[in-house]
Amino acid sequence: MVSLFKRSNQLKASLTKTRASFLTRLTALVAKTEVNEAFWAELEEMLIAADVGVETTIQVVEKLRVRAEQEHSRDAARVEAMLKDELLARLQVPALPPRPSATPYVVLVVGVNGSGKTTSIAKLAHYYKAQEKRVLLAAADTFRAAAIDQLKVWGERVGAEVVAHQPGADPGAVAFDAWQAARARRADVLIVDTAGRLQTKFNLMKELEKIARVLQKNDPTAPHETLLVLDAVTGQNGLQQARAFKQATPLTGLILAKLDGTAKGGIALAIAQELGVPLRFVGTGEGLDDFAEFDAREFVDGLFG
Amino acid sequence: MFDSLSEKLGAVFKKLSGKGKLSEADVDAALREVRLALLEADVNFKVVREFLARVRERAIGEEVMRSLSPAQMVVKIVNEELIKTLGEPAKIDLSGEPPHVVMLVGLQGCGKTTTAAKLALQLRKHQQKPLLVAADTRRPAAIQQIQTLGKQLDIPVHSEPISVPPPTICANAVERARDGAYSVVLLDTAGRLHIDDELMRELEEVKQKAKPQEVLLVVDAMTGQEAVRVADEFNKRVGLTGLILTKVDGDARGGAALSVRSVTGVPIKYLGVGEKPDALEAFFPDRLASRILGMGDVLTLIEKAQETLDQEKAQQAAEKLLRAQFTFEDFLEQLQQIKKMGPVSQLLGMVPGFSQIAKELPADVTDQQMKRVEAIINSMTREERQHPEILNGSRRRRIALGSGTSVQEVNQLVSQFKQMQRMMQQLKSGRGRGLFPVIPGF
Repeated sequence: MVSLFKRSNQLKASLTKTRASFLTRLTALVAKTEVNEAFWAELEEMLIAADVGVETTIQVVEKLRVRAEQEHSRDAARVEAMLKDELLARLQVPALPPRPSATPYVVLVVGVNGSGKTTSIAKLAHYYKAQEKRVLLAAADTFRAAAIDQLKVWGERVGAEVVAHQPGADPGAVAFDAWQAARARRADVLIVDTAGRLQTKFNLMKELEKIARVLQKNDPTAPHETLLVLDAVTGQNGLQQARAFKQATPLTGLILAKLDGTAKGGIALAIAQELGVPLRFVGTGEGLDDFAEFDAREFVDGLFG
Repeated sequence: MFDSLSEKLGAVFKKLSGKGKLSEADVDAALREVRLALLEADVNFKVVREFLARVRERAIGEEVMRSLSPAQMVVKIVNEELIKTLGEPAKIDLSGEPPHVVMLVGLQGCGKTTTAAKLALQLRKHQQKPLLVAADTRRPAAIQQIQTLGKQLDIPVHSEPISVPPPTICANAVERARDGAYSVVLLDTAGRLHIDDELMRELEEVKQKAKPQEVLLVVDAMTGQEAVRVADEFNKRVGLTGLILTKVDGDARGGAALSVRSVTGVPIKYLGVGEKPDALEAFFPDRLASRILGMGDVLTLIEKAQETLDQEKAQQAAEKLLRAQFTFEDFLEQLQQIKKMGPVSQLLGMVPGFSQIAKELPADVTDQQMKRVEAIINSMTREERQHPEILNGSRRRRIALGSGTSVQEVNQLVSQFKQMQRMMQQLKSGRGRGLFPVIPGF
């Protein structure tokens, strides 16, 4: 997909603000002590601090140690390059089967409470609008107070129609009607908002399956995308979230939201590696433009900010 | 990760089966695994480092309890320190003159609005008259959200157009509370990033104008390493008085709670455990500690080992009783054990051959009776406890006075204690089964 989307300066800044600092820190360390135990311990801490997780950290550091030893390398720049290679490799996931070019192209957005689904949907709608697509939003979060109102406000700002029922209505029915409306109004993209749910709630996860099933009554290939919204501040539970949501409805990607804070979202590495779910978009603020396609290199650089 | 962690711990336990005092090697080997467990639970790595240094200092040289391995002993100490660090639960401070202003702050999506509604409901149950305040003018439909919740719960909501700055809204709300005799004002502020200087300044202004007596940080239980920085910033800018941990009904281990506690030192006040308005619970440090440590099986093992230890003590006492060396001191120790374990009948039931006698003892020993007996024994000198025969009239008067009982009760206890000792002798020689005397209170 060709990005017609211009990266905001804020996004660039937030992703690369301290690109140099990692190298500086490593170099300082090497100059003092060479690549010794303290060096590796520091590297471990940097990864842990970015929420990369114990298991991934141990694997990565172990691999680098072996490689550094093989190459007899104590050069900080070399180790940094190796580290980046390793992390980039981990973000690579096996290619998903090509997505059918259906109309409407159905995007289901899921996630735990407060992860930033509705805001991400607005940005995603804006993103598709920038590609001259006609976008329709389905307010299938019928549970949370005023969730429908929130989506309507965004719909107005973005210029996308919103299909909604009453609060408390069946989310499957909303999704069904929204698809029909999208079809009738010749919308290119239908984005379905869902209620936030903790992945431990069995019934709510079943409800998600039902929404997908209902959409398939209209179009057996729907949903064409199922995106999990993950708050960048999330720690190790992110992996459990991705696992559970993937089980309920196959995920095609992650939206890493709220990356404009100090959190790095390192758990996405484990999600890509272990579950094969790729990072697709990042959200970096409350504005519609604070959103971009995922760039692995930027992300890896940002991890050590 | 979970499984492999338990396995690893198991391996450590096997390796270290020595007894005696905890050596540095024991402690370090066990703490390596604990460190991984805490990091997996999202406790900030710096907090982990400080915490484990503290544990290490306390653990090295500590006597390993019988029936525990050194590694288990370390985990026991870790658990105790964790509970201590998490601190005692605290209620919302409603001292002084109403209206009491409570301000909720936190990142976007941490659950402030839901928590505000839950708090309002709980306060109303405690005969307070809460007023919810929609101080989030930024997020689309945030005001509608809290109004909807207010309507559902029948709790009034103070709101103003989004053009009004939040500090003004909050100040007006406090005014309204004063006029309308509301006792608690709950300020639901907008979610914001801790590094957003402009919005943090707005929060400072809200605090200045509304003068809250509680500023509560709402923290999502699944927060990762950044919890420390978030809490630190909010604390520096607005001075926190407490924490509320939300989404505890998920399966996040909640290490963020420990991080935030360590940085701010303010107490955890509530846990959010569901989407329903009544899903707000008190916080229990031991439960949260074992959740964070994630070593439930190991902790159960340690508990069991401790129980065994108590049983061993009880058996020792019972055997002493049999040898008729039974003194008032043993008796007191038994009373203390009984408090933990159940009636003396059970205690005797553990001794082979005594189960019959145990059955004949009245089971309904009340705390009140037990306290009196304990008081009497506590008022004896050590010598008196070991040699009850020296208890003459004046000693007995002194004991009665000291324990707040009567000489008669002291007499009764002493004579029946002697009878009990004699009975032991008879039992030893195989006579007198089933003639166990009933001592006062038993």
